[in-house]
Amino acid sequence: MKKFLLIAIPMILRAQAPVTDERLLHSDNEPQNWLHYSGDYSGERYSLLDKINTSNVKNLELKWVFQARSLEKFEATPLVADGVMYFTEAPNHVYAVDAKTGREFWDYEYRPSRDARVCCGSVNRGVAILGETVYMGTIDGRLIAIDAKSGRPNWNIAVGDPKLGYAITHAPLIVKDKVIVGVAGGEYGIRGFIAAYDAHTGKEAWKFYTVAGPEDPQAMKTWAGDSWQHGGAPAWLTGSYDPALNLVYWGTGNPGPDWNGDSRGGDNLYSDSAVALDADTGQLKWHFQFTPHDEYDYDAVQIPVLVDDTWKGQPRKLLMWANRNGFFYVFDRVTGKFLSGSAFTKVNWATGLDESGRPMRAPDMSPTPEGKLIYPNLFGGTNWYSPSYSPRTHLFYIPSWQDSNMNMAKMPAEFEPGQRYTGGVPRATNMRRGSRNTPDENSAYGAVLGIDPQTGEKRFEFKMDDVMDGGILTTASDLLFTGGREGYFYALDARNGKELWRASLGGSVEAAPITFSVDGKQYVAIAAGHALFTFALREQ
Amino acid sequence: MMVRSTIFLFAASFLGAQSVVDTGRELYRANCYVCHGQDGDQVPGVNFRVGIRRASSDEEVSKIIAGGIPGTGMPPTNLAEPQRRALVEYLRSMHPTAGGSKAPGDAMRGKAIFEGKGGCVNCHRAAGTGSHFGPDLDGLGATKQAAYLEEKILDPARDVSAQNRMVTVVMSDGSAVTGRRLNEDTHTIQLIDQKERLISVSKSDVQRYTLLTTTPMPAYQGRLSEAEVADVVSFLLSLRGQ
Ligand code: HEC
Ligand code: HEC
Repeated sequence: MKKFLLIAIPMILRAQAPVTDERLLHSDNEPQNWLHYSGDYSGERYSLLDKINTSNVKNLELKWVFQARSLEKFEATPLVADGVMYFTEAPNHVYAVDAKTGREFWDYEYRPSRDARVCCGSVNRGVAILGETVYMGTIDGRLIAIDAKSGRPNWNIAVGDPKLGYAITHAPLIVKDKVIVGVAGGEYGIRGFIAAYDAHTGKEAWKFYTVAGPEDPQAMKTWAGDSWQHGGAPAWLTGSYDPALNLVYWGTGNPGPDWNGDSRGGDNLYSDSAVALDADTGQLKWHFQFTPHDEYDYDAVQIPVLVDDTWKGQPRKLLMWANRNGFFYVFDRVTGKFLSGSAFTKVNWATGLDESGRPMRAPDMSPTPEGKLIYPNLFGGTNWYSPSYSPRTHLFYIPSWQDSNMNMAKMPAEFEPGQRYTGGVPRATNMRRGSRNTPDENSAYGAVLGIDPQTGEKRFEFKMDDVMDGGILTTASDLLFTGGREGYFYALDARNGKELWRASLGGSVEAAPITFSVDGKQYVAIAAGHALFTFALREQ
Repeated sequence: MMVRSTIFLFAASFLGAQSVVDTGRELYRANCYVCHGQDGDQVPGVNFRVGIRRASSDEEVSKIIAGGIPGTGMPPTNLAEPQRRALVEYLRSMHPTAGGSKAPGDAMRGKAIFEGKGGCVNCHRAAGTGSHFGPDLDGLGATKQAAYLEEKILDPARDVSAQNRMVTVVMSDGSAVTGRRLNEDTHTIQLIDQKERLISVSKSDVQRYTLLTTTPMPAYQGRLSEAEVADVVSFLLSLRGQ
């Protein structure tokens, strides 16, 4: 790869070059950019930028705000490439702005079809970039390639039928010359899949069904009768990639109907699983199912975090995973072997994990028509909110919900194409309801956990009064950035969880922070409420 | 007392158009409950028991159900017209005035007790008069049932909702304030005290902070007769807000 001589170029003519797959592979070489949804392929969300540090972070100030027009949740994580920031506002509106000022270069508004079925908000979490093209999945199940200089669509293909509930809400993953996406729609009896498309043409390269069918007869037996046909297991969040192993890691969602497992006896593979797929063929290398025969809506839809560290004294390629079902797991990511796991929040549906990592079900805890009180609630111990791992502190950071519960009642479910297929009524009972919060002893609360992956031990807990849906970013200067529903954006000391700085943004943080730099100055950006905020150090 | 209220509620439930409402209830459970909750008040700013802000006619509500509310979390559905009708009926039935429920006592007499003998106005505001120390009771009739109100008057300590709890805050300088908590987050508390002052404190300035389990509201068991309580309940039920 060519090295750019930044000093030789006048500031106004900042170097801009296509974001090649080489650059994507070695994104660590250019920490000024944020080229992937999770910063790099590992999913660690750890940045090498360190100009903002534990002693000067108190001097952060607001540089610019982007106000979205949409009143839908702002869940997007921006990308930054050579001073240009790309992000989306809901449902499918892409912007390219100057990362220093927030001023717009172009925007492209795709209007999704009215056929789109939206279980949980018409949200979008961002775009991917390759070469001079930006890729966006849409709420009506399409994938669109957009010219990164003009905002004009190059191609627009159907990934799934929106009338049947297929949708895309996450940022695609680019691997080599392919764009990889998974589908949402688990509440509509879809058959989930992850698929790769040629980045130039949009032609399908491979497809992996997350619900095993006739092409995988052994695993298909884990679905009673024909239940696999509407088995759900959506894959609605971006995966991670290990170039050395050429494996893509992806999390899959709950089996459908969500809260009534009667019609789908068996483990229901590959729902609620981590799957490791060959990046070129989509072939399954290994899988691990977190919640066999799930009846609680515990999607394993989290960011797979790939960590190279020692394990019991030996260097090992690890995969770390904080799951919605309340357990934190460590695997060998070459083989998928389960190494350890422990609960990081109150869990009452299982008594623990056995040797192989399979949950030991607590007796008599399936949803009943009258309702069962289950911990954690359907939103989980954590959810799609990005965690982080810092190779400096060796801690894994979880955006968690503590003590959340729900009354989960089961109902009959009958499949009808395009209709909700959930089989129950979960009711989160101990959560905040409006703009005012009056927590008490029984309320669920949010907490950033600093976990030692070697032991599963909690090193610290940074508590919030309300629950949190914000992602986490850590830096080489031992800072941790995150936010919660109360609208506070925080900088913590990543070593001990102590608060160093905060800003009140007046709207729930439901996205993950990023950091980047332009012309040598480091910035931190976060979405909250219906706006995107960008901070940097006050000029001295 | 409890027995009487139960019968009263039971009777009231006979008056609605049950079959359509039942269909609506089923549809609601399957399609709407996840977001809107059992009592129709889980989406911030939306409360079906109080009313529907964005629509007045049944047609308008039906249109919202079909098309959703673009740009918000309210999704479109592809429910057929009769199903949407049933849902509208059900949403309407969540409003406690639906089905012609009748209050047990005399609201006018209840108002007099509220302002006089009962001394409720020393702590509560209703119909524009009274103190702000306790929760403003205007609109309470739209969301609360008679049985709850009766119990609250007779034995208020038994059920203090999380929204109405009292707090005592001791500041770093030793000064203390007690009041009804209006809001709290990780760093601040907002409350109103007996002198009707709106107070906001930063937790970093606080030495000690206690969320009380008690209520300053006196128990009216023995202080008001059965008939007087029924009158006050009727008065409260008549407070339906805007
Ligand atoms: C995915 C969550 C979700 C589901 C499912 C959902 N709603 Fe909503 N609904 C919302 C939200 C959020 C709003 C508030 C929109 C706003 O005003 O910002 C809303 C608003 C409404 C309103 C307008 C309320 C008012 O006061 O103006 C009506 C009526 C309504 N919903 C009915 C329904 C019905 C009936 C169903 C089931 C068929 C349903 N909703 C399903 C999220 C949902
Ligand atoms: C000394 C002050 C005081 C007096 C007098 C008083 N209340 Fe209260 N009341 C409160 C406070 C404070 C609360 C909130 C805490 C609680 O729920 O107990 C409350 C709560 C209530 C509630 C519950 C409101 C809700 O939203 O759930 C009702 C109903 C009520 N009062 C009715 C009355 C009536 C009727 C009277 C007179 C017969 C009365 N109160 C007299 C202080 C008072």
